[in-house]
Amino acid sequence: MIAYHISVFAENRPGRLDHITGVLAQANINIRAIKISDLGEHGVVKMLVDDPDTAYHVLKQAGVLVSQKEIIAVGVEDRPGGLHAVLKVLTRQRINVEDAYGFVLHDRAVLVIEVANVAEATSLLQGAGLHLLSKEEIYALG
Amino acid sequence: MYWEPHLETMPRAHLHALQRQRLQATLRRAMTSAYYQRMYREAGVAVDRIQGLEDLHQLPFTTKQHLREGYPFEFLTIRKDDVIRLHSSSGTTGQATVVCHNAHDLASWANLIARCMYMTGARPADVFQNMTGYGMFTGGLGFHCGAERLGMLTVPAGAGNSKRQIKFMQDFGTTIIHAIPSYALHLLSVFEETGVDPKPDIQLKIAYLGAEPYSEHTRKRVEEGLGVKVFNSYGLSEMSGPGVAFECPEQNGMHIWEDAYLVEVLNPTTLEPMPDGEEGELVLTTLDREAMPLIRYRTRDLTSIVPGACPCGRTHKRIARIKGRSDDMFIIKGVNVFPMQVETLLMSVPEVGRNYQIILENEGPMDAMTVRVEVQHEFFRGDVKSLKALQQRITAALKGELLFTPKVALVEPDSLPKSEGKAVRVVDHRRKE
Repeated sequence: MIAYHISVFAENRPGRLDHITGVLAQANINIRAIKISDLGEHGVVKMLVDDPDTAYHVLKQAGVLVSQKEIIAVGVEDRPGGLHAVLKVLTRQRINVEDAYGFVLHDRAVLVIEVANVAEATSLLQGAGLHLLSKEEIYALG
Repeated sequence: MYWEPHLETMPRAHLHALQRQRLQATLRRAMTSAYYQRMYREAGVAVDRIQGLEDLHQLPFTTKQHLREGYPFEFLTIRKDDVIRLHSSSGTTGQATVVCHNAHDLASWANLIARCMYMTGARPADVFQNMTGYGMFTGGLGFHCGAERLGMLTVPAGAGNSKRQIKFMQDFGTTIIHAIPSYALHLLSVFEETGVDPKPDIQLKIAYLGAEPYSEHTRKRVEEGLGVKVFNSYGLSEMSGPGVAFECPEQNGMHIWEDAYLVEVLNPTTLEPMPDGEEGELVLTTLDREAMPLIRYRTRDLTSIVPGACPCGRTHKRIARIKGRSDDMFIIKGVNVFPMQVETLLMSVPEVGRNYQIILENEGPMDAMTVRVEVQHEFFRGDVKSLKALQQRITAALKGELLFTPKVALVEPDSLPKSEGKAVRVVDHRRKE
């Protein structure tokens, strides 16, 4: 059930991101969504891909600092207040969103979140009637 | 003009006689320390056979490593009860070294610094503001005590808080300052910010800069910016600190006080003496230190003797500006740093690899040090928070030892030169002459 995205450490200089995407392209990995956090001299790149296990493996082989992190992908209504409906549920239970990004694909908005306790957040969101994307749905988006 | 005319202008023949007599006394005294006793016994040296300077080459050298081994009190020739102060300097492997003083040593040291300052024109009516760090750094207390010995009004301002420094200068009528070069340059920009023009508003006339290498260009900038004359100072903690050698008004080399230090300049590889004018490693023997005499101490500083007599009338030899180190130590913000010291600290942080690189560069008028560290695979958890925490932890570990805050840059694994072979540990981009 649990889905993952991959997280990569990259120095903030020309060619580093290119190196990572090159490795993924070579392995025929499709990147669904990407988020870059700039920390000055370095950054963290998070990518939602169609095959995180393979992506993790090939990047590691290429000497890239990479880790896999558990995520929850929530289907969000593509209208004003859609995102708020999700966050409201988490806030009510004092659950801190450690990182998040969203994207819209074919009129379908998806919010990807990282939380400390995935199981707890999952049941809360489901209990609130929100649609959580299954692992298969996430990886096959598109 | 002279603080001690008799000593400063002593004919060289008399100076040699004084050195001979002090060397013998120093050697006899050194033999009462546990460390030298053992060292000389093992080396088969009979101290009573050393008659004069020509026999000096028979004596083994003393190195920083010996000081580490004898840490803290094995070099003492007096009872610990009679030691009244010690200074410690940071070591390369976490092992510091100390120099201990009795009352005679501190008085003699302060007198030498007073002699240096008097030589440059300092007089009891002057107001001396000491803007270096105090504490274990010998430059702070060393200059402080020398200034008091000379009879100046001494302001122990310490380092930092530049606006307050400028206020002190205005309020107290400071005429002489002592600072590390990068701080003096920083002060120039603070003067600009505050709108105080040092030339009409402040009565500064002399600045002593030392503890960090600096260029003639820097000297000119400080002289023009502050309206002062800048004098070079040379010293090292093992030889008590500042006061070993100092520029006279001729400013062609620094007079090294030969009544207190026996000077040799040797080829660092063959250890043969170098002729005047040729560069070699400075090797010094204390001639007037009681608690902890050091014999043939290898300073690792590269310099040469300026040939000829100085028009100022002082007969003591002059050494040229220090050219560098015969080992890999570097000086930043007045702190001696060995790459090994940084490595030792980094290795105490488990997430850090063995691969690191030290980048030294100018950042505006200040020197900046960046330590680039490779992040290890097994510790990368993929989040921003833990990276930041790691960076902070490394910074804190380094700061604790180095006493200034270096920048820490996290880099990808295998992106730095390997430690095998000729790894480039230190890259110095600072402006040279």
